[in-house]
Amino acid sequence: MLWVDKYRPKNLDKVLVHEEIAENLKKLVTEQDCPHLLFYGPPGSGKKTLIMALLREMFGPSAEKVRVENKGWKVDAGTRTIEIELTTLSSTHHVELNPSDAGFQDRYIVQEIIKEMARNRPIDTKGKRGFKVLVLNEVDKLSKEAQHSLRRTMEKYSSSCRLILCCNSSSKVTEAVRSRCLNVRVNAPNNDEIVKVLEFIGKKENLQLPPGFSARVAVKSNRSLRRAILLFEACRVQQYPFTNTQAIPPMDWEEYVTEIASDIMKEQSPKRLFQVRGKFYELLVNCIPPEIVLKRLLSELLKKLDAELKHEVCHWAAYYEHRMRLGQKAIFHLEAFVAKFMSIYKGFLIATFG
Amino acid sequence: MAPLLQSSQQWVEKYRPKKVKDVAHQDEVVKVLTNTLETSNCPHMLFYGPPGTGKTTTALAIAHQLFGPELYKSRVLELNASDDRGINVVRTKIKNFAAVAVGSAQRQGGYPCPPYKIIILDEADSMTEDAQNALRRTMETYSKVTRFFFICNYISRIIEPLASRCAKFRFKPLPEDVMITRILHICGEEGLNLDSQALSTLSSISQGDLRRAITYLQGAARLYGSSITSKDLISVSGVIPEEVVQDLLAACKSGNFDLADKEVNNVISEGYPVSQMISQLFDIIVEADDLSDEQKARVFKKLGETDKCLVDGADEYLQLLDVAGNTMRAFCNMAQDFSY
Repeated sequence: MLWVDKYRPKNLDKVLVHEEIAENLKKLVTEQDCPHLLFYGPPGSGKKTLIMALLREMFGPSAEKVRVENKGWKVDAGTRTIEIELTTLSSTHHVELNPSDAGFQDRYIVQEIIKEMARNRPIDTKGKRGFKVLVLNEVDKLSKEAQHSLRRTMEKYSSSCRLILCCNSSSKVTEAVRSRCLNVRVNAPNNDEIVKVLEFIGKKENLQLPPGFSARVAVKSNRSLRRAILLFEACRVQQYPFTNTQAIPPMDWEEYVTEIASDIMKEQSPKRLFQVRGKFYELLVNCIPPEIVLKRLLSELLKKLDAELKHEVCHWAAYYEHRMRLGQKAIFHLEAFVAKFMSIYKGFLIATFG
Repeated sequence: MAPLLQSSQQWVEKYRPKKVKDVAHQDEVVKVLTNTLETSNCPHMLFYGPPGTGKTTTALAIAHQLFGPELYKSRVLELNASDDRGINVVRTKIKNFAAVAVGSAQRQGGYPCPPYKIIILDEADSMTEDAQNALRRTMETYSKVTRFFFICNYISRIIEPLASRCAKFRFKPLPEDVMITRILHICGEEGLNLDSQALSTLSSISQGDLRRAITYLQGAARLYGSSITSKDLISVSGVIPEEVVQDLLAACKSGNFDLADKEVNNVISEGYPVSQMISQLFDIIVEADDLSDEQKARVFKKLGETDKCLVDGADEYLQLLDVAGNTMRAFCNMAQDFSY
């Protein structure tokens, strides 16, 4: 078992970071008055962990017995019937799914599954009707129509079903949905908190930690706790006992992007552009999302550039990323950014050194 | 064991005024509608105005007061954006409902019960133009037995022929004192303690939207119990604390790009929504004294473009970094155009 899963806090009492949020959530459960919730925060900040712990707090250990199902729905949409298939993760008390996987048909999924849940409500030991919880991931990727249909469904079925929404950025969730939920901001843990968690794991695993080692891992992790724990485990596999000078291995795709960055700094020519294209394809084939590649490339370039060029390069990075979102094929825009950068940099070199 | 479900009613619903005369701050509408109640004479209506000012409340209240609970179901049809309102629905459902004749005027159980039905179209600005066009004739043909109430935020999205058939009422945003009276009333009912600072924070973050203010209040009450400070309200509402915005501005003023980059990174990892950041930046810069008009204009132009990009789904970090870079160039009077 990976440490990330092994040391994921199982209930709200054992949470090491976000203790305040956990405390508040516990209060909500004890008051038995749980509204719809919207968790938002950067990746690796612990949204999922909090949600799982909350479910356990609500329903007890049976919420952990989950099964994966590949469910199909037949939806009657006016003139034709649509068949949709989606993977869900469910226990007796909750269903979790990724509605954006259904693409443009996501609105049917949302309506259909909530109606279905409202139909078969669980009955608790005292014979009263309880409610089910629907966890929706990546709501920021839901289409506008699906979000619109959510708002009414949320009100209509609120007695039988609670929604927990989870997303990275709440600006992409419509105001109407946001105002119907209790918003919970989950910030990325800062370096001290990450160090605390790493030291906790180190103690549990009986590891000897040289001073300052976990701090170095924390810095490398970019404030993502998941990343930090994965790195920590990678270091453990690579070399144990830890030494003070031990290098913390970067992700291989990151190294690859660093290589691209130094390539285009060295030479600005169509030939080099062609070589870089091959490397971009390599990254995309390995399922690294293009916007992450672009962001990483930008941060590598920024490290090496003069202050006056930074503004310009940032502007174009933002410009091409926006284009990428509107367009179809990411490779064009990645390449366009590199070409633009080459032209800017060459111009700068000529102007400075003649 | 599944937790029991208490009647956890939304306060917005719980404290929705039941009578037209209880609607706050919209005097003209209230006057016209009280008149309607007495004479049971009513034109088609068009309510428009910003969210949370009482449009839906007024429409529902008048319908209830006209017909009472018994006749309400058969006389009122309520449709909003989440119901399907394509052109087919207009042609079938609305038309069928509108065409049904009703009995003559008889007062029943103390309600006027005028001889017509009411169709309430909530969020009418999200109806397609075709659907609105299909309504034109229906409205006139059945005007003897049916009254239409249109409710929308933007009157410009209602086609002119429809708007000209209705009596128009603008709903104004609530001023601070009216809002505070309402909030205090709810606090009294629910047994909450709010100090004056929290009250003014609440009315400033909700910007005249009473529904939003009540939602924030309920959220804060659920999380923090009965005594609520202004800090609790800010954390519930998702507004970014003033210091964070000021830090970013200070970094922009310093002219050091790496510092700005660090601040932007911080904003993103703290999970603050960038769209909110942009609107708060706007609020601060528009009132700043130490900036020239040209500088402000340069900043705002970029803010507008960025907002559009964010709606298209562009990456938040890159967009905010671009905004920070542009703001810095404007503050430090660097050239607007890039040199290379």
